[in-house]
Amino acid sequence: MSTATTDPEELVDFDDAVLVAPNWKLVWWRFKKHRLAFYSGFIVILIVIIAAFPGFFSTQDPYESATRGSFMPPQGIHIWDKGPAFYAYAAIGKRNQTTLKMEWVVDEETKVPLRLFGRGYEWEVLGLFKSNIHLLALRNPDVDKPIHLLGTDRLGRDQWSRVLYGTQVSLSIGLLAVFLSTVIGIFLGGISGYFGGLTDMIIQRMIELLQSIPPIPIWLALSASLPRTWSVTQGYIAITAILALITWTGLAREVRGRFLVLREEDFVVAAKMSGCSRMRIVFRHMVPTLSSHIIAAVTLAIPVMIINETFLSFLGLGLRPPAISWGVLLQEAQNLQSVALAPWLMLPGVAVIVTVIALNILGDGLRDAADPYH
Amino acid sequence: MRPTLTIERCQLGSESFVNNETILSVKGLKTEFVLDEGTAKAVDGVSFKVDRGQVVGIVGESGCGKSVTIKSIMGIIQKPGKIVEGRIFFRLKQNEELVDLRSYDSRGEEMRNIRGNDIALIPQEPMAALSPVHTIGNQLVEAIRLHRNISKKEAEKVAVERMRQVGMPSPEERMSVYSWQLSGGLRQRVMIAMALMCNPRLLIADEPTTAIDVTTQAQVLSLLRELQSAQELAMIFITHDLGVVAQIADYVVVMYLGKVVEKGPVDDIFHSPGHPYTKALLASIPTIHTPAREELPTIGGSLPHPFNRPMGCPFHPRCAAFIPGTCDKIPPTLTKISSQHSVSCFLHSENLVDTQ
Amino acid sequence: MTDNSRSNEQLLLLEVKGLTKFFPIRSKGLRRKVIGQARAVDDVSFNIFEGETLGLVGESGCGKTTTARCIVRALDPTSGEILFSHSDRETVDIAALSDREMFPLRRDVQMIFQDPYASLNPRMNILDIIGESLLVIGGMKDRTKRSKRVAELLKLVGLRPEYMQRFPHAFSGGQRQRIVIARALALKPRLVVADEPVSALDVSVQAQVLNLMLKLQQELNLTYLFVAHDLSVVKHFCDRVAVMYLGKIVELALTTSLFEGPMHPYTKALMGAVPEADPRRKAAMVPLIGEVPSPVSPPSGCHFHPRCPHVTELCKTTMPALEEIRLGQFVRCHRAAELAAG
Repeated sequence: MSTATTDPEELVDFDDAVLVAPNWKLVWWRFKKHRLAFYSGFIVILIVIIAAFPGFFSTQDPYESATRGSFMPPQGIHIWDKGPAFYAYAAIGKRNQTTLKMEWVVDEETKVPLRLFGRGYEWEVLGLFKSNIHLLALRNPDVDKPIHLLGTDRLGRDQWSRVLYGTQVSLSIGLLAVFLSTVIGIFLGGISGYFGGLTDMIIQRMIELLQSIPPIPIWLALSASLPRTWSVTQGYIAITAILALITWTGLAREVRGRFLVLREEDFVVAAKMSGCSRMRIVFRHMVPTLSSHIIAAVTLAIPVMIINETFLSFLGLGLRPPAISWGVLLQEAQNLQSVALAPWLMLPGVAVIVTVIALNILGDGLRDAADPYH
Repeated sequence: MRPTLTIERCQLGSESFVNNETILSVKGLKTEFVLDEGTAKAVDGVSFKVDRGQVVGIVGESGCGKSVTIKSIMGIIQKPGKIVEGRIFFRLKQNEELVDLRSYDSRGEEMRNIRGNDIALIPQEPMAALSPVHTIGNQLVEAIRLHRNISKKEAEKVAVERMRQVGMPSPEERMSVYSWQLSGGLRQRVMIAMALMCNPRLLIADEPTTAIDVTTQAQVLSLLRELQSAQELAMIFITHDLGVVAQIADYVVVMYLGKVVEKGPVDDIFHSPGHPYTKALLASIPTIHTPAREELPTIGGSLPHPFNRPMGCPFHPRCAAFIPGTCDKIPPTLTKISSQHSVSCFLHSENLVDTQ
Repeated sequence: MTDNSRSNEQLLLLEVKGLTKFFPIRSKGLRRKVIGQARAVDDVSFNIFEGETLGLVGESGCGKTTTARCIVRALDPTSGEILFSHSDRETVDIAALSDREMFPLRRDVQMIFQDPYASLNPRMNILDIIGESLLVIGGMKDRTKRSKRVAELLKLVGLRPEYMQRFPHAFSGGQRQRIVIARALALKPRLVVADEPVSALDVSVQAQVLNLMLKLQQELNLTYLFVAHDLSVVKHFCDRVAVMYLGKIVELALTTSLFEGPMHPYTKALMGAVPEADPRRKAAMVPLIGEVPSPVSPPSGCHFHPRCPHVTELCKTTMPALEEIRLGQFVRCHRAAELAAG
């Protein structure tokens, strides 16, 4: 019988990537198995790229209005014309003499040739430098009229480009607000859960108070109190702050609950034995253990924020024109007239739905991957 | 109707594995778990039988497949687990008929009846098996009435009687108590009462004393032994504790990595173990008789990963009597070393192979 | 290291005097009034000499783990003294130290945990886990130096140094417990409090870890406080044993005397209840009646009296003192002398 107890050869040696994999890798491997979430991840990445470079994907300056081109329906792109081609048909507007409305018909005679990576209006790349390259551009910008993939609005502004710029604003408000509320939530939830006692009591009562106030009146009140004279940027920051201040409580509760459990874990006691200070225990041991849950919770919080922003702006209490966000765009589709006459004005809603669903599925997948036993 | 299996029909190969006293006979049971990472052969060709009034102890360390074995018998294997091979013969209570449990739908009516009436389980964690929102009395009465057609009043009487039988102090009062108000030992008594409710044929105890303290464990063990011998119950007792198995079992099955490495009467297993694993296991536990503060003999190495099972004999990488070229190539088979004692090891099969 | 050869010169490393830990039980309401006390550890006293192993045995809820956690100050004791003889032979009262004052003592007092799955941070690799105290207490800022020391420690506990980049999930229970031991030994402690270090492990692995702990004790002159519920492990491993019941020590003796002649009825019952791995020695099947009462409302008098076969009227009213009945054998029982004689 072997009496060698401390044989260095003891470990069964099968070199597997699993053995040296840090936790995030394990999470990633589990996440990849969740097909739907994986594809949603791609969609989210695409949306994020669009949000980063809306100018590149747009076809026209989103602020440029055309008094004679209002309520144009979406125009299709054609890629076959007795052989490969890339063009759109021009649209001709005729004023209906009895209703005095512009009515648009497709002019199959006039083709507007298009090209990829062509030149168009100038846009700013991440605010750093300027470019005039666009994914989709007119081949002859000097001759042809611009095309409108998603039609135009009341003022003849190109809705495709506006939706893309709206993506930037709506997504970044969502991200920023979630980031802010995460920081507040982790900080207060962490303090509450780790220290317990009176600190915990005060923070918990504060959270309860905040959660007991109906959110809609509070939003309405806060947004209504924003001075009308504030610039777009000021309004943007204010809305972000309002959203964050109302929503941090949920995350704080979750973090506190997890901290309460973690505090009793042996490895936390062991960290104390190793001489770690409270700060080191919290940030080196406890927060990393929560990181994947936090990422999942954050991913699930972003769509809520987007909905909130859209909702506020839709009611005219969030961002206000000339700012462009999904909510502001949907505001255009608020009345029955535009829904009946220009149903394409509701298309920004599709962008909201796709983004929210993709983020939700992604968040679910991340949560499952982070914690397969729940 | 299912065909009745007679003893003659149960002669697979030359060896008879069923006699008139046999309650359960498991033959070549294989249960696998198919996961993305690979297939874990949790139970890999396990055979044993349990006779009337016999206590069979299944011992082994974590991952040896002892729990999966009994789950397979009861038909409660969860996905992605699946029984892929083997037969599970069981003698029904009502008509003494011998049936193959694998031929039933594990979620069907018949199998559910067998699980309630013929085979009963005492789980390791009674807390998980008892509902926290119903009183103990309610749960017992419900269990009785599920399998017996009697009035609520009568069922209550039976329940109190059973509680008294399992040594529950003041059973009438405990009827209106919730499971979380009871201590671990009392909860386990409730589980035993519940298991015995329908006079089962076969009692399966899955590490019933692992979660409770020594003095309470002694109480539960002596209660189980008492009830078992009084009612001539057949019992399978699963444990990792060699002490417990020595005290309660008549016959012992030693498992390692999903295989039976040795089985035999309890005295043979503890006093003339044949397999190096059994020997090493027995030597490695400190007892009242081992010299104090000296190095204990150990089994080198650690359990292999379930997807990475060794070739040949599963124990060979840790075995002190490892024969290169044999143990790591060919899987040994169970060989009889006395009428009831078999060992799966080349140390014992060589002679037999030579003489044949 | 035989049991009786302890000379008077042997250093008293730890002296626990009247250690008490009560957990308040609070009402559910907003004011969370204290409505009771769970007397987890109630006036416990014992000594540990340098180089010896003291076992602390008992069933769940007897206060053995709470005692251990008070000594390493993972819990703050309610009252009592924990006198530790510092490296410079000065005695400090661990119970009275603040967290900051405790910091330098972490070098000398370390802990091994029961559950090797819960006691290693799954997000850190082995180098960071073992090296943490080297960094925080030892001030070893240089990562290469640290990894050198961690490699030494891994070799010491029988693991390959190359595995220090791996994460805990790559190791089995026994290997993890070795890592836990390596972490505890990183700063060369003098007292190691081991809280059921083998009870979560498989039988075949238990022996490996026990052997390792014995070997390390001899090599590094360690002192162990060994908490366990398994009497055969305690018998094998400890020089002296303290048996606890409901927060109190009921018997304290040299291991050999305790196992040859247990004097407290509870100790006897506990020993009788251990199932022996020998079918020819059937356990005395007259198990102890009843169960351990709640520490919130322990029985009057001797806490063991409701379950004791030798109970008298005196036992029901008066708590007996821990008295030396035989040489070196302390028993908390009114009838110990009488029963031993009879």
